[in-house]
Amino acid sequence: MEDILLLNSIERYLDGRMLDDERSFFEELRSKNPSIDEMVVEHKLFQQQMDTYADIRNFKDILHSVHSKLSSTGEIRSSEEPENFGGKVIQLWNRYKKTAAIAASIAGITALFISALAIYFSPATDKSELQRLSRMIDEVKASQQITNNKLNEVAEPKIPKGATVKAGGTAFLIDGKGYLITNAHVLEGSGAIVVDKDGHEYNSTILTVDRKTDLAVLKIDDKDFKPIKNLPYSIRRMEPDLGAELFTLGYPRDEIVYNMGYLSAKTGYKGDTSSCQLSLTANPGNSGGPVFNKNGEVVGIITTKQTQSEDVVFALKSNNIFRLIDSLKTTDTLFKKVKLPKGTSTLKNMDRVSQVKKAENCVFLVKAYK
Amino acid sequence: MKDEPNEQLLLKALAKNDSKAAEIIYKNNFNMVLAFVLNNNGSYDEARDIFQEAMITLYQKAKTESFVLTSQLKTYIYSICRRLWLKRLQQLGRTASGIEYYDSIAVEDDIEIHERRNVELGIMDRALNSLGEPCKSLLESFYIEKKSMDDIAALFGYTNADNAKNQKYKCLMRLKKLFFSQYNIGE
Repeated sequence: MEDILLLNSIERYLDGRMLDDERSFFEELRSKNPSIDEMVVEHKLFQQQMDTYADIRNFKDILHSVHSKLSSTGEIRSSEEPENFGGKVIQLWNRYKKTAAIAASIAGITALFISALAIYFSPATDKSELQRLSRMIDEVKASQQITNNKLNEVAEPKIPKGATVKAGGTAFLIDGKGYLITNAHVLEGSGAIVVDKDGHEYNSTILTVDRKTDLAVLKIDDKDFKPIKNLPYSIRRMEPDLGAELFTLGYPRDEIVYNMGYLSAKTGYKGDTSSCQLSLTANPGNSGGPVFNKNGEVVGIITTKQTQSEDVVFALKSNNIFRLIDSLKTTDTLFKKVKLPKGTSTLKNMDRVSQVKKAENCVFLVKAYK
Repeated sequence: MKDEPNEQLLLKALAKNDSKAAEIIYKNNFNMVLAFVLNNNGSYDEARDIFQEAMITLYQKAKTESFVLTSQLKTYIYSICRRLWLKRLQQLGRTASGIEYYDSIAVEDDIEIHERRNVELGIMDRALNSLGEPCKSLLESFYIEKKSMDDIAALFGYTNADNAKNQKYKCLMRLKKLFFSQYNIGE
């Protein structure tokens, strides 16, 4: 506290703000007391330094504002570019900056408005992030034409006259008598025909469509179809292990296509436990295709893939097939006769080429029409 | 040379912190210094810094009563900038092409004064910056922005000017301590 008072006095003394008798008292004190004298000298020096410092800082501020003023009006160069160029740009800028500002804000508002509209009208995220792997209508239509032309020579097309193909996918036998399983989203239409790998078409009826699990059961009703006594593969209830090698057969084109990969996660999109994540190449048309493990046991059904990333495919786990058929058996007598292939797959210990050769006879192309 | 009386008046105005005067000098000389620095291995920002340093030297010189400009203002500014820039280049280890664009005069003394002052200003700057808040802002409001104690009390939320004054002295003592710990070494 005393120091503060002393400092206060020194400051007032140096500023000449002391009254006469106070000043003479202070001067006497100063002459008697060398430490106070020293403090006065020191403070005087400090104050000079501070004044210069303040003065130059204020002057620097003036210089900065002068610099930015002159460089914005183009009276001094504002960059390393040659004078005329810089000057012209600045002049143009000055002349048009209001217009530019208005244009920019209109553009900004429009952009915001459009993106708001886009967000408002775009479908829910699930649909945009996941792509169902049924084939596009146009694509199917075009290929249908080709197939039909080819088939016209041997047989009449099975699709009713006047009906158009709405979607396509893959289905596979779960009972040699002609029961097929596929994805519900593949059957966008009133009826469906199935085509085997050699291009033979068969009429079929849609027995059930379960939108919740995205599964559907078809039955081949065609005199040309020869039932298969024993399916070469079995359907496995247990889910595969992480990293297990997997392969799939499907119809992304009119030709049957083989692909292989591995199980990359035990759950599906956003942690869905009824499905799992695979890393393999799948394309529209693969939907409903079987996923086999290396023993040739069906472990899943390909359903969707993530649109933003390559090779992220989701497959419904095969225990859903058991669950669906079991529940249908209790309600529908039609399913009483269905016998799912259980036990050991006959494909076990075969090389891949032989496995595919046997299994491909049971994988069909589905064409849903309306 | 025809502008000499005007230049004296201009410098007098500059010494009184007339920003109009600063503007005129800036406008007439900056592009010349910029061209010099750019042609000697420098950038736009470096040219601006050098020019502003020269302006400060000029300002300080104009404030001394004995000041008389012995040459044209343009020559003086150019000479100061040239010296400052060549020194800077030496420090940076870059080379200059050494081309003379304009007449130059001897300004060694002014440069020396300028550099000593820069050292002193640096000490004050560092002392203020190591002071911490609210001391730094409080002292800056008083000494640099020259605000009254009443304004400062209101600004910093002190109940009255006396409280603010007390706080100011506490801060001031700390600042002086910091300043003189550096300044004595510098002497």
